Amino acid sequence: MSTPYAKLPAWADYGLIPLINLSVAFIVAGLVVVLVGENPFRAAVILVEGAFGKGTGIAFTLFYATTFIFTGLSVAVAAHCSLFNIGTEGQAYIGGLGIALVCLSLDSTLPWWLLFPLAIVASAAFGALWGFIPAYLQAKRGSHIVITTIMFNFIAASTMVYLLVGLLKPLGSQAPQTRNFVGGAELPKLNWVIELFGAKIRSAPLNICFLLALVMAFLVWLLIWRTRLGYEMRTYGHSPKAARYAGISETRIVLTAMMISGALAGMMALNPVMGDQHNVAIDFVSGAGYVGIAVALMGRLHPVGIVLAAILFGMLYQGGAELSFEMPSITRDMIVIIQGLVILFAGALEHMFRPYIQAIFASFSPKSVGIEAIKGKGA
Amino acid sequence: MAQAAIELIGINKSFGAVRANRDINLEVARGTIHGIVGENGAGKSTLMSILYGFYQADSGEIRVGGKPVSIHTSNDAIALGIGMVHQHFMLVDNFTVLENVILGAENDALLKSSIAKARSELDRLEREYGLEVDPDALIEELPVGLQQRVEILKALYRGAEILILDEPTGVLTPAEADHLFRILKQLKDQGKTIVLITHKLREIMAITDTVSVMRQGTMVATRTTKETTVGELAELMVGRRVLLRVEKGESEAGAIKLSVKNLTVKDSRGVTMVDDVSFDVRGGEIVGIAGVAGNGQSELLEAISGIRHAVSGEVTLDGKPIDLTGKADPGELRDRGLAHVPEDRHHVGLVLAFEENENSILGYHDDERYLKGPFLDVDAIMADAKDKIEKYDIRPGNPRLKTANFSGGNQQKIVLAREMEQDPGVLIVGQPTRGVDVGAIEFIHKRLIAMRDQGKAVLVVSVELDEIRSLSDRILVMFAGRVVGERGPEATEGELGLLMAGVEHQEAAE
Repeated sequence: MSTPYAKLPAWADYGLIPLINLSVAFIVAGLVVVLVGENPFRAAVILVEGAFGKGTGIAFTLFYATTFIFTGLSVAVAAHCSLFNIGTEGQAYIGGLGIALVCLSLDSTLPWWLLFPLAIVASAAFGALWGFIPAYLQAKRGSHIVITTIMFNFIAASTMVYLLVGLLKPLGSQAPQTRNFVGGAELPKLNWVIELFGAKIRSAPLNICFLLALVMAFLVWLLIWRTRLGYEMRTYGHSPKAARYAGISETRIVLTAMMISGALAGMMALNPVMGDQHNVAIDFVSGAGYVGIAVALMGRLHPVGIVLAAILFGMLYQGGAELSFEMPSITRDMIVIIQGLVILFAGALEHMFRPYIQAIFASFSPKSVGIEAIKGKGA
Repeated sequence: MAQAAIELIGINKSFGAVRANRDINLEVARGTIHGIVGENGAGKSTLMSILYGFYQADSGEIRVGGKPVSIHTSNDAIALGIGMVHQHFMLVDNFTVLENVILGAENDALLKSSIAKARSELDRLEREYGLEVDPDALIEELPVGLQQRVEILKALYRGAEILILDEPTGVLTPAEADHLFRILKQLKDQGKTIVLITHKLREIMAITDTVSVMRQGTMVATRTTKETTVGELAELMVGRRVLLRVEKGESEAGAIKLSVKNLTVKDSRGVTMVDDVSFDVRGGEIVGIAGVAGNGQSELLEAISGIRHAVSGEVTLDGKPIDLTGKADPGELRDRGLAHVPEDRHHVGLVLAFEENENSILGYHDDERYLKGPFLDVDAIMADAKDKIEKYDIRPGNPRLKTANFSGGNQQKIVLAREMEQDPGVLIVGQPTRGVDVGAIEFIHKRLIAMRDQGKAVLVVSVELDEIRSLSDRILVMFAGRVVGERGPEATEGELGLLMAGVEHQEAAE
């Protein structure tokens, strides 16, 4: 007999529980702030105002969110096929190499609207390639994808260091990075959209990659829930045996899922490289791939959730920067601790409070629990 | 009346909207065997899980030996002298019998003293209750019947006075089941109280003193076994009269549709599971394969349906060979008219996390009917799912409901509807009614016979002898990977039981 599993209404499942997790994360983070002798409420206000208070803050928050949407989607696509892609970091890094090659050769000849599509293709292709190799090893050789993707992060990092201190570095430069791209490699900013609402922006890197990220979120939803390929990925993800029974090739589905995941990871590089830095520098990904894991988990592997979670993490990045500026005793490292707490409670301990909430719901109205969840369950 | 060993008073338990148990009252007298019957999902297992501390009742009282108790964990239950033998054994395969018995009851950091104490205690229990089993044998080397005996010993070693057995005969041969019943009677004579959960009414009649019937979470009746009949119990379980045996006309066997020649299949460890098996299935007949679980039936089905690699042999579908290298595309076999209802619907036949409509196309998801280019045609899939729900009376009739929320019988109907509605030439079915309630069994059997009457070739594998006998036009018996006999549907249970136990094959097993 299968274990009966109490259901929650959709709003509790997708709204209340993440909210409680988040609140607990902030309460614990607040205690950390108290420990260093600062006022946690003032800290919270600075954090939120830093992220959303001014036009510039909003633009930065969304800029960071763009990066996390890509990496979150990347992790989610693989996860729907029960593949834990830890290699988003490395795939994004290698995706940057693809962009570098396109931009270095064509940035002075093509306008942005021709260069951008080429760069998208290049970043996706390079990221997909970096996802393909671990996938091939998993499908054909049984090497575990978690191990191989972690190793490929290191290989990607080493490869990029080698290239950036050698082949891709302009002669005579001391910095381990490519030359600055010019002209067509600078993507249009989106700051004017925020300015439409009356906010003023000094200078912020928010660019059209944000729109691309939203489009990709929609396409991922379409892929997972509305295409035959997504159906096959989910079947394999839930039950490899059922997939075998249904005539779904394990090799094909693992390779495809990981290449799509890698492609999304690679496209993340567009945002910092073409939208902000206009060069490829060492360690430009700086952990966004790993944040993607937390974003995907917190977003429940659903594109809408991922976009919201990415904005939350964008807020933590931007607001955190403001906070360490305003409160010198809260250092950059403390911000990392707070982010870590959010990841811990919202991602890793996602189900900690669930049984209690289920018990509360069940005691209020045994009937409503379950029926509502069924009705309210969307794709 | 003897003093009650267990009393359950007004037990309620809900899982979300599902009221698994409502106002259950149950009294089991000391030193008796009490049967609990009911369809799957009637709440039997939930009730016993409450008694054994896996779940907490929402309300109600449990009394053991007349005293109110609260049972929060299985340790509490064990302390009260309640032992449970699960349907799926909780044994460590690569441990010895002795090691399994002391597992969780070690009373020292070092095992030496525990083992010595257990050895003498086990020896005493074995002699007292006639439960012989070699304490140093590895579990994986014991036949299922003996493994079950180890489970019983485990409970007795922990001082169980009340023994709960959940579907104990599901994995046993008829001879092994008889032996189990002798052991249970002996335990009863020694004053133990036994609660037997089963859906096999004949066992209830054979062994219990009293029987309670559950239906949809309520206790509908308690009877003294001697004063009731199988018919009455079945009616109480389902709430209406049931045909215990489907009626069917003579088969009109046509051309050979599926032919298996000298098929040999090994499992992942290299053990031969199917050994040189040959048979044909003709259109318009149902061939049943009987046998105790684990004698190669599963591997046979998997090889024929292209999921498992076969070492040698040949299988032809409508005269054309099937790729047996394990690289066959089950999708291609479906196109050739082979439909397969797998034994394990939870992991193979269905994706439980999917919505019903998504499962209704599993395996046929690349069919043009359900696609618009690379996209799923959601409207077509929903319409198709609704159609099947209606035709097969799948309840609840909501194609958006998660498959895990359907009962076993309805899950099986989802699989059957999907496979039968493709109008296949050959239908192979593993365990058509495992974990399916009585009402649905009747429905499924009728459908299978209707397929036969339409001239389809139907191959049924089942461990339920009654089912094989009632459905099949020809019965093949598998033992240790070989087909050890073919009989007509008139074969007696005893005759088939001996074949299933391999008696004709080896020297007498008993």
